[in-house]
Amino acid sequence: MIRKITAPLDENVIRSLNAGDEILLSGIIFTGRDAAHKRLCSLIDKGDSLPVDLNGAVIYFVGPAPSKPGKVIGSAGPTTSYRMDSYSPLLIEKAALKGMIGKGQRSEKVKDSMKKHCAVYFAAIGGAGALMSKCIVKSEIVAYEDLGPEAIRRLEVVDMPLIVATDCYGNDLYETGPAGYSKE
Amino acid sequence: MRNVEYNLIVNTVEKMCMDANYFLPEDTFNAIRNSYEIEESETARSILEKCIENAEIAANENMAICQDTGLAVFFIKLGVDVRIVNGRTGLIYDAVNDGVASGYEKGFLRKSVLSDPLYDRKNTGNNLPAVIHMELTDGEAIEIIIAPKGGGAENMSRLAMLAPSDGEKGIIDFVVETVRKAGGNPCPPVVLGVGIGGNFENSALLAKKALLWPAGERNSDERYDRLEKLILDKVNNTGIGPQGLGGRVTCLSVHIEWQPCHLASLPVAVNINCHAHRHVKVVI
Repeated sequence: MIRKITAPLDENVIRSLNAGDEILLSGIIFTGRDAAHKRLCSLIDKGDSLPVDLNGAVIYFVGPAPSKPGKVIGSAGPTTSYRMDSYSPLLIEKAALKGMIGKGQRSEKVKDSMKKHCAVYFAAIGGAGALMSKCIVKSEIVAYEDLGPEAIRRLEVVDMPLIVATDCYGNDLYETGPAGYSKE
Repeated sequence: MRNVEYNLIVNTVEKMCMDANYFLPEDTFNAIRNSYEIEESETARSILEKCIENAEIAANENMAICQDTGLAVFFIKLGVDVRIVNGRTGLIYDAVNDGVASGYEKGFLRKSVLSDPLYDRKNTGNNLPAVIHMELTDGEAIEIIIAPKGGGAENMSRLAMLAPSDGEKGIIDFVVETVRKAGGNPCPPVVLGVGIGGNFENSALLAKKALLWPAGERNSDERYDRLEKLILDKVNNTGIGPQGLGGRVTCLSVHIEWQPCHLASLPVAVNINCHAHRHVKVVI
């Protein structure tokens, strides 16, 4: 049985997750990409309040395709996470962000910050946007509508298939996974 | 001289945008299925299984395989005896761009083009302009290939002006290093388009052209066919695996296009494609 967890995330749950675990995530998450991250961080820098409460929250790095009439959302797979590396530590440290969903390895700085503040990074399957969209049962834009696909959305998700890529202890499946299969 | 209706091109391109983004080509689908058979990592097998399931959902529901429906990249062969008539202009560039704008709108495809790369970065709202590579040929036909290209894999692509003495080893090392640096970012298992020769800009174009081949296509030149196999084995030996999380299958297929080059040069470009190796060809 694949383990099911719920967002927003509880620190005890985060501590029980290990890199390599497959999980199914349900609950409320937010979307955000480069442009939204830039705006959120500049608000924090200025000491202003954020348009969404990130306490315990999970941000999914995604810019979905438009939804067809009668559908909740279009194709919605992860975008590459390294582009958020310069912003994530600030959100983890100042806004108590606890989880991120994306694809690809994170920087040492992000991993350090996750370790220090008990946060987790999940890998979603890049290029499986149609499949991921099936796990999203509700979607509404809650900030930065002018950014189009990059607006911040509040998503309700059910059993979204994810893999713990980097846990709160600093273990990184992007390092250990390939090492186990290298023939070099 | 053959007259071709401007709107025929617009409508053809409109449909191609949707088809390319909804339906994973059979060659790609089979390549992923075959890779599932040889993959040893449980996590990787679960990932590949979901990629196959994803393609089936997209095709059944006419929705984008991936939310990044890409820049609309075209390779067009235009017969010199074609005249485009009854349009707002007589230019194929305009007809293709009109087709992209309506195809991306009607097909509920994501618009991913920004007006200015550095300062404004404002979405143009219609996925225009398309990237159009044009070649003139004899005859009265128009061959159009669309290969929508997402940002994740494109960002991991690289080019090097090697010294001729670097030779085959230099090429192999550069390609493998490119894939290793990319890790999970370009959504492996990837398809690699490698352009060797030409000059600076042509090597990049050759690499992109090589991505138009079906996955698994053999090179007609046996020297380059052998090189493709050497690169494929080395890349798969990295252990990067599906999504970069470890496994046997990092790359589905390596394609090399080559061209004559300057005696002082050995240009090489690597254009990475994700496992959503999308392409559609239509001849009008």
